Amino acid sequence: MHPFRPSRRGLLQSAATLAGGALAAPLVARHALAADTIKVGSLLDLSGPIGSSGQAMHATIRLAVEEANAAGGLLGRQVELVNYDTQSTIQLYSQYAQQLALKDKVAVVHGGITSASREAIRPVFDRYATLYFYNVLYEGGVCDRDCFCTGTTPAQTVNKLVPYAMETWGKKAYIIAADYNYGQITAKWMGKYVRDGGGTVQATEFFPLDVTEFAATISKIQQAGPSVVLSALVGSNHTAFYRQWAAAGMKGKIPIASTTFGLVNEIATIAPSESDGVVTSYGYYEELSTAPSAAFTKTVRGKFGQELPYISELACATYEGFKLWAEGVKKAGSLDRMKVTEALESGIAVDGPSGKVTIDHATHHVVRNAYLAKAAERKWDVFQSYPDQAPSDTAAVCNLIKEPKLSKQFVIDVKT
Amino acid sequence: MALTALLAFNVANSVAVLVLLSLGLGVIYGMMRVINLAHGEFLMLGAYTTVVSANAGLNLWVAMLVAAPLAVGLFGLLVERLFIRFLYGRIIDTMLATWGLSLAVIGLITTIFGNTVRGVSAPFGGFAIGGYQTSLYSWFVIAVAAAMAAGVWLVLRFTKFGLIVRATMQNPDMAAALGVPPQRIYMMTFALGSALAGLAGGVLAPVSGVSPVMGGAFIARAFITVLGGGPAIVTGTGLASTLFGSISEVATFLTTPVFGQVALLLAALIMIRILPQGITGRLLRRSL
Repeated sequence: MHPFRPSRRGLLQSAATLAGGALAAPLVARHALAADTIKVGSLLDLSGPIGSSGQAMHATIRLAVEEANAAGGLLGRQVELVNYDTQSTIQLYSQYAQQLALKDKVAVVHGGITSASREAIRPVFDRYATLYFYNVLYEGGVCDRDCFCTGTTPAQTVNKLVPYAMETWGKKAYIIAADYNYGQITAKWMGKYVRDGGGTVQATEFFPLDVTEFAATISKIQQAGPSVVLSALVGSNHTAFYRQWAAAGMKGKIPIASTTFGLVNEIATIAPSESDGVVTSYGYYEELSTAPSAAFTKTVRGKFGQELPYISELACATYEGFKLWAEGVKKAGSLDRMKVTEALESGIAVDGPSGKVTIDHATHHVVRNAYLAKAAERKWDVFQSYPDQAPSDTAAVCNLIKEPKLSKQFVIDVKT
Repeated sequence: MALTALLAFNVANSVAVLVLLSLGLGVIYGMMRVINLAHGEFLMLGAYTTVVSANAGLNLWVAMLVAAPLAVGLFGLLVERLFIRFLYGRIIDTMLATWGLSLAVIGLITTIFGNTVRGVSAPFGGFAIGGYQTSLYSWFVIAVAAAMAAGVWLVLRFTKFGLIVRATMQNPDMAAALGVPPQRIYMMTFALGSALAGLAGGVLAPVSGVSPVMGGAFIARAFITVLGGGPAIVTGTGLASTLFGSISEVATFLTTPVFGQVALLLAALIMIRILPQGITGRLLRRSL
């Protein structure tokens, strides 16, 4: 062989080495960079029918991340938020959930808004061993050691709302709810608490999310003549109910109590003549006048402006959810999913805008404050607070201390 | 008795809403066989025009009855000149183009106004039928729907423009041979249909949840009504609205809202099976 003529194999080898080196270099660099930041995933609807709920949540999680970074980060590293806009589409939830778990390899995911979206992504995070926080009030019953639910459940809110409504207005209730898992299950809880209080449910009606005409229902409600209408309607199409209710002159004739009113910014989008007097119960209201709440809303409004939709329990629990996770990481001294889970299970608590929020080991839900408020002049008048409410609905069926391997949502058998 | 009267009133309201939702679409489809998938967004633009201009201080009635049809009519004109006129006779292509347009309009409105907008509330308040409260505004909705249908019918039946439109609809080549420019007639009809959609959106704005995606809740019903109605624009849309509106309202009242929707779709299915060309494809064929 000619000494200066390289063999084909030699050439290929050196080319491969070169190429490998060239490819490897950015990989190494990227790893080095990745070691610097902690990636936190977020899946929120910023557009579409649920978008107005998602925008405020997106704002508060960004705030929480910035505050963590300003305080030196977690474990000495900066936190980087990876958010995908799921556009109120379940299909995108599944897709982006896989992307967060497999491609972005995030340490935790905060997100999901509707219960349907949660049930689409929860199995994905179970499968790919990614810690998941669902920071939204919902119907209760999720029992999954890889998942933490930081919003309120019916035992914490509906159980305050319904007794208040029955004491104040009377014992006959007419239930109207959105036709998907949240509405169906919440309607059952409403029925249970009505009966527990010695009342009767005259009728329960479900509405697909694209229903916009409520004239027939308004007639039926009058025919039944309830002392209160209990509403779990969801989304901007259903907002039409409150408008048509007011247009028919029913405002003030039969009072409305709701587990959802205000969550898509109704308080700002519909007139006081349509919304005044509606009573709700949530784990947080922007108007809550405690010092931590006032400071929180001032910061959020200062940073994101007045155009940001209402800061509801969803936005507050998202902020608190991140704080809880951050406390868990600090206590565990690690990002390892099991270590963080165990740290969180030790009863981590944070003082959030809504008050003290404590993780309950047995259910992976939280003990938190609940409030009752009435709409008045485009604001919520918070008139009652219930400190340290336990998620007793979920606790009745779920015990992760005894059965840590469970991963399901119990449809709580509400005795009829 | 009072309950029957109330139910009749609700049925009338529901029929009127269907007429409002579908007449603009019917004009465009009946005339040019253009399936405007952005029709829901035209309605939404009408609602937004009303809400935004009323919030900016414009009189509500002017906002609803003048600003909304004007703005959406102009928008329709623009759309026709920019996209639709190149696509006449190509049904699939127009569907694709208008679908793209609908996504673009939703995106645009979301970018400008966000996901929610402060709405306007319905004027008038309620009135009682027997012991039952119902909405005075529904009378207004019924009146506008009736006026819209009557107006379109009168224009088509008695004006020169209507005659030319009908001629172009029946046989565009022959109309062209007689000196009518079909392109211009198409343009004007498209703008008219858009303006009707805008008016409908404006009138429904005070009793709807106004959001960029609200069109999605209307579009299916509008299409079912137009296809069920068949080729005669006013008679067909009117008859189909009456049929479907009554069925869904009565079913909702007697059973549940879920079944109300099912009943409407079932009725449409059966009707399309019996009358594939729509009601006026077989009956009342000489009507308008």
